[in-house]
Amino acid sequence: MTRFLPPVTIALAALVLWQLVSFIAGSHSVSGVVETMAYLFRMMQQESFWLDVAESGTAIFYAICLSMLFGWALGVVIGLNRNVSDVSEPILVTFYSLPKVTLYPLVLLLFGLGLSAKVAFGVMHGLVPICLITGNAIRQLRPVYIRTAKVMRLSRSSVTFHVVLPAILPELISSLRIGLSLSILGVLIGEMFASKRGLGFAAVNAMGLGDGTRIMAIGVFLSVCAISINFLLLEIESAIRHRTARI
Amino acid sequence: MSIMSEAIAIAPAPEAHAPVAASLSGVTRVFGASGSGMAVHALGPIDLSLYKGEFFSVVGPSGCGKSTLLDVLAGLSKPTTGTAEFEGRAIDGVPDGVGVVFQEDASFPWLTVENNVAFGLRRAGFEAAEVERRVNYALGFMGLRDFRKAYPVQLSGGMRQRVCIARTLVLQPRLILLDEPFGALDQQTRLLMADELLRLWRETNATVFLITHSLDEAAMLSDRIGVMSARPGTIIETIETGWPKDRDSRIVSDLRFASITARMWEKLRVETMKTMVSQEGKLQ
Ligand SMILES: Nc1ncnc2c1ncn2[C@@H]1O[C@H](COP(=O)(O)OP(=O)(O)OP(=O)(O)O)[C@@H](O)[C@H]1O
Ligand SMILES: [Mg+2]
Repeated sequence: MTRFLPPVTIALAALVLWQLVSFIAGSHSVSGVVETMAYLFRMMQQESFWLDVAESGTAIFYAICLSMLFGWALGVVIGLNRNVSDVSEPILVTFYSLPKVTLYPLVLLLFGLGLSAKVAFGVMHGLVPICLITGNAIRQLRPVYIRTAKVMRLSRSSVTFHVVLPAILPELISSLRIGLSLSILGVLIGEMFASKRGLGFAAVNAMGLGDGTRIMAIGVFLSVCAISINFLLLEIESAIRHRTARI
Repeated sequence: MSIMSEAIAIAPAPEAHAPVAASLSGVTRVFGASGSGMAVHALGPIDLSLYKGEFFSVVGPSGCGKSTLLDVLAGLSKPTTGTAEFEGRAIDGVPDGVGVVFQEDASFPWLTVENNVAFGLRRAGFEAAEVERRVNYALGFMGLRDFRKAYPVQLSGGMRQRVCIARTLVLQPRLILLDEPFGALDQQTRLLMADELLRLWRETNATVFLITHSLDEAAMLSDRIGVMSARPGTIIETIETGWPKDRDSRIVSDLRFASITARMWEKLRVETMKTMVSQEGKLQ
């Protein structure tokens, strides 16, 4: 149980800090804990809120699926081929260091307002890290595993599914975890810029109306979701890593 | 040549032996010959015949090309020049009937001990009952029965190596190539494992090719010992031990044991010194 102590401590500390900031800044600019929670509770009983959640959720789902699909595929190509990785990795890293918001007008031009633009923005954030982590995992694969498989005269597909895949599984889950949180970020920013629905839009809308409590409530909801998913994936990852780790 | 070395028979002519299991002729291996950078002549030329059912050990200074030689025999790397054959056919890719235990730990960390050992059998499509039978036997043989549900990460280096040996054995290879399999073990365990290896060799009638750093191990286990020169490694001497097939670790007290070891050391001392000198040269 001691392993739950740090997250719980951090959560409590965050709440205290939040309440403190609220006192200092005044509850009209930063709503207090109780006020926000009460608001969140009421908000969660409205159907329109869940429509926004569904809207964002759908976009995030598509974004992470596409990021995984292309990220893993590209990562495999990069990981297997030294020449490809020498050329493509600097390009990917450079692209990734661009402030991607500046590309948003371009994305809007390409996809128009709506789901596909949000998804594209999510993929822009999630794809590159997944790809780089996967490529790295394959490059770090211990050659002796492949040699062992060769000596057993395994077929190509057998090597892939019974040796390579299990060997890099912890990294794949790790890439999924990181890619997911970045995809969520990408989709929400997308919604803030150009959308009429979704949680990102709801937050920006509330800002326009000067409804600080609503912004805080949405923020809390998103944080709790993101942290839970992250925690879950981290648990899976460490369960696998626990037996995979080398001493 | 000293009196001592004359006391031991030089490898006799091939006709005195069983049929050939594997043979190398004029095998060399040069790394980076085609690409840019400096080419490394790692091995050879090597001429070597392994006879069916014999226990052949290779000793040689560090970096002389022992693992490279094993790779060629296993079909994992192609010789730069020369030919390699297993059971009369040219080695092209890993031949059927060859098993390898590598120098580094090759146990799969994502599988339990028993699943590691069963891995090759399952992939080869053996029936569950047969897999179970062979795995049980190998686990018992290697002293791993109590650890069958454990993951490699929970085992010591020596035990992981035993997992790898068991994983290779269950496939019943006709030629077993072992690269320093006991490197991670303490001296006493090494002796016991050596006995196990002898027992195994007698039971299976397999041909064994063992690379080792330990002169004692080579002297006690082998029918023949190939002594290799410094890189590029060639076999500078083949020593015939003449041990009976039912030997065990107690032969270390045999007088011949000492003379075999001394003979190996006589050759190796010079080669090892060459390695040291060339390394010193590089450092300056
Ligand atoms: N892939 C490679 N590319 C270039 N050089 C290599 C490669 N593999 C091995 N070598 C070189 O070939 C030589 C022989 O290597 P090898 O691993 O066969 O030696 P070894 O006798 O097994 O050494 P050890 O006793 O340390 O295990 C070494 O000098 C090594 O640096
Ligand atoms: Mg070696």
